[in-house]
Amino acid sequence: MTDTPLLKVSDLIVEFPTRNGILRPVDRVSFEVRAGEILGLVGESGAGKSMCGSAIIGLIDRPGRISGGEIRLDGERIDNLPEERLRRIRGKKIAMVFQDPLTSLNPLMTVGQQLIQTIRTHLPLSQAEARARAIALLEEVGIPAASTRIDAYPHQFSGGMRQRVVISLALAAEPELIIADEPTTALDVSVQAQIMALLKRLCRERGTAVILITHDMGVIAESTDRVAVLYAGRIAEIGPTRDVLSAPSHPYTVGLMASTPSATGTMHTLSQIPGAMPNLRAIPKGCAFNPRCEKGFAPCFKDIPVLEPVNESEVACWLYDPAYEAKAKEASGASE
Amino acid sequence: MTGETPLISARKLGAVFDVSKPWLNRLLAAEEKKFLTAVDTVDFEIPKGKTFALVGESGSGKSTIGRMIVGLQKPTTGEVLIDGEDLFSIKDQKHLLSVRRRIQMIFQSPYASLNPRWRVKHIIGEPIRAFELMPASEIGKRVEELLDQVGLAKSDGEKFPHEFSGGQRQRIAIARALASNPEFIVCDEPTSALDVSVQSQVLNLMKTLQRELGLTYLFISHDLSVIRYMADQIGVLYLGRLVEVADRDTLFDNPHHPYTRMLMDAAPHIDAFGRTAEIVSGEIPDPINKPSGCSFHPRCALAEDRCQQERPAVRELGAEKAHVACHLSV
Amino acid sequence: MDTQTTKGASARPEFTEAVATTFWQRWMQSDIWHSYKRSPVIIVSSLTFILLVLGAVLSPLISPYTPFDPASLNLMNGFSKPFAANEFTGDYFLLGTDDQGRDVLSTILFGLRVSLFVGVVAVLFAMTLGVILGLLAGYVGGWLDGVIMRIADIQMTFPSIMVAMLLYGIGKGLIPPDLRDEMAIWVLILSIGLSEWVQFARTVRGATMVERQKEYVQAGHLIGLTRWSIMLRHILPNVTSPILVIATISLALAIIAEATLSFLGVGAPKTEPSLGTLINVGRQYILSGEWWILLFPSLTLLALALSVNLFGDWLRDILNPKLR
Repeated sequence: MTDTPLLKVSDLIVEFPTRNGILRPVDRVSFEVRAGEILGLVGESGAGKSMCGSAIIGLIDRPGRISGGEIRLDGERIDNLPEERLRRIRGKKIAMVFQDPLTSLNPLMTVGQQLIQTIRTHLPLSQAEARARAIALLEEVGIPAASTRIDAYPHQFSGGMRQRVVISLALAAEPELIIADEPTTALDVSVQAQIMALLKRLCRERGTAVILITHDMGVIAESTDRVAVLYAGRIAEIGPTRDVLSAPSHPYTVGLMASTPSATGTMHTLSQIPGAMPNLRAIPKGCAFNPRCEKGFAPCFKDIPVLEPVNESEVACWLYDPAYEAKAKEASGASE
Repeated sequence: MTGETPLISARKLGAVFDVSKPWLNRLLAAEEKKFLTAVDTVDFEIPKGKTFALVGESGSGKSTIGRMIVGLQKPTTGEVLIDGEDLFSIKDQKHLLSVRRRIQMIFQSPYASLNPRWRVKHIIGEPIRAFELMPASEIGKRVEELLDQVGLAKSDGEKFPHEFSGGQRQRIAIARALASNPEFIVCDEPTSALDVSVQSQVLNLMKTLQRELGLTYLFISHDLSVIRYMADQIGVLYLGRLVEVADRDTLFDNPHHPYTRMLMDAAPHIDAFGRTAEIVSGEIPDPINKPSGCSFHPRCALAEDRCQQERPAVRELGAEKAHVACHLSV
Repeated sequence: MDTQTTKGASARPEFTEAVATTFWQRWMQSDIWHSYKRSPVIIVSSLTFILLVLGAVLSPLISPYTPFDPASLNLMNGFSKPFAANEFTGDYFLLGTDDQGRDVLSTILFGLRVSLFVGVVAVLFAMTLGVILGLLAGYVGGWLDGVIMRIADIQMTFPSIMVAMLLYGIGKGLIPPDLRDEMAIWVLILSIGLSEWVQFARTVRGATMVERQKEYVQAGHLIGLTRWSIMLRHILPNVTSPILVIATISLALAIIAEATLSFLGVGAPKTEPSLGTLINVGRQYILSGEWWILLFPSLTLLALALSVNLFGDWLRDILNPKLR
């Protein structure tokens, strides 16, 4: 394994200018994804997780824009490319799987036409070769009788099968990275298990990296190698999934885990985090989590914490910053 | 469960929908009429003060049952009894209103369940006015009490729904449901649109209210972890039939029906790192053309010939008397 | 094109508007006001419309002459050019006079009054009818929906001006001859109104069917509210935006329909001429060089219909961007 990560996002800022000021759904987010790794982006609605995915693939709706930081794929910057180059990278190197398979499929074209079109856009293959490859892809994602089903239209597939088709489309050009935005949220649990198993198998066999965006802690636990917990546009905690979920450090992650009911053990009381995620228009000063945090102390209300290593993970919380306490003491000593 | 009369019972409840195309289209395409059996002879009872949960995937008929229990939809067959009285055979309007007052519902969507053009105080006060529970001059005070009870500020009554977050809106919906002093509340996926940290607030609020007001709940959800937290008794639905009914701990510790076991295995677990759930082949069949015999047989690893032909009857199994509709479970 | 990457979930942050206290503050912060301020076309057209409405409403006070008072007329003033002086009083005829010596500006102001009155009342009538039928069709459904919508479908296959003419003919036939001139305006309103209700009914029906499924309506059922209570108190307030849009666009259509009918000589009577009647009169003199008799009423009609239409289009874009 080489040391250069496949994808490196550093200090990414996404801004939406509105007439009442500039909103920042993503604020200085940094993470890396290595080949063959599944990184989870988890957070509640409004945390900015989908926006991160859209920023990487260059699909942010106007007037939103990337206003800071950089995104590197294989060491090459992709956040400032012209639309034409970006379009070639989309599909070829990065593919996306959305929550609702129907929005990703053209209802007027057969599945085969869409697959062949995508394959031939990115790979120098003849019509017949592309068709053969399309059938192979459909078989790989577990569609029975692929050689006949290839001529069916999207509405002739069930929800789970449709999501498989979307995954086969995403794989068509052998991308290095797949961004899956809530890929199983619209599906039933039994089908969700099938789709997650498929994604994991493909990732392992092909060495494709996956960014899995979800709100479901269970899916994160079972499927990802590493996880980034987002809160109000920033990463609160990032690290190996097992560490982050079973021994969380950030008070938000701690609260999130404690408020998630479990199907494997009976709980008599569920702890709860008071309040709700702040509105993007009114993000509190200092740490955005401070109004809901039980452990808040002076620095939390003044300055934004940055990621600091804690055990295997990195955590953005003043509780884990010894230097700040020293500095705070120094400051109070000086004022006396 | 015997002896004491349950507050709510569903007796051989069934719902059949006509899903045919308009007759002209049918005539031209020479098609038969099509019927969808959304709910098929479902029986259960809910004792006073308890929570009965229905769990199932899409097409299981859980929401249809909820709608029939509150009287929003007339069952095709069977009856809904409240204190032994059939809800759908009440003819006297006044009496019907007095029975309706005792039954309320909390809906899934915190966005669609509140009229966006009404102030919160009017939304919450409406059931009080409709049932004529108190003189108009006292309604304002009662609304304030209700707001307080669900953890909102009294001044929130002046606002419109769009000024609240999803969790707060669900609190408003709860306050509205409580306004008529009901005994029984059907909760249809009340937290599935909410974030986890907000979900726990709402679930805890519902539990507290149940304890304080002695409420009885029918809790409908697709999420086993939420069900495990909320329910006393659980019914598992598959394609409109109850395949297993058992006490919570019995169901989770010792599930009998293969579908129940599959559901539990497939649900993602927050403490099962890197686990790959055992894959169940296939998806839920089209409810218009259900499989013969036991509806689950095409996906069941244990299925025998008998399962294809014969519809399994409900049997009592184990010391805890779980009700299971399966030929093979022991 | 990559189908799987170019479409899909839209990447927009979720946010709610900051909460304002008073109605006025809410209005000043609203998207409607914001968009209004930024579109000069809409400012101009709404000001034009207000000016025309003021002119029509205040016409008895502001018009220099009372054009239909025979005592104030003199044939000697006939065919005066714009800015020509009155033979008797020395005043100016700002926009000239017609064959009878009536001041064109005054006839326009009075004609505007008739045109606007017919348009507004016809639209109010069409709206009431269409909204009630649309609510019933969308909410009650079943055979009632079938009947209402089939009638609407049948009416849609005829041009609405033809429907109006047909209804106008029937209406006139039913009224005793001595009342015809008096009742002409009301028959006109009725026939234009009946030809415009379909749009309202269709739109309201569609919106009602969407609202009916929503859970707040079901919550209304649970507490035993009557159908009318649910339709009028719950659903109607939630379908007002499309009604408003259709009403504005229908107003332009109704004004044009009235002008067309009057131009064809089946609308407003000569004793109470509308803009259409004036244009019809002016048409006779265009070839003999008296262009102003035709031009100014035509320009007024154009300004009126255009300003209402532009306003309606803008309103539609603001209230329902998906309709564009």
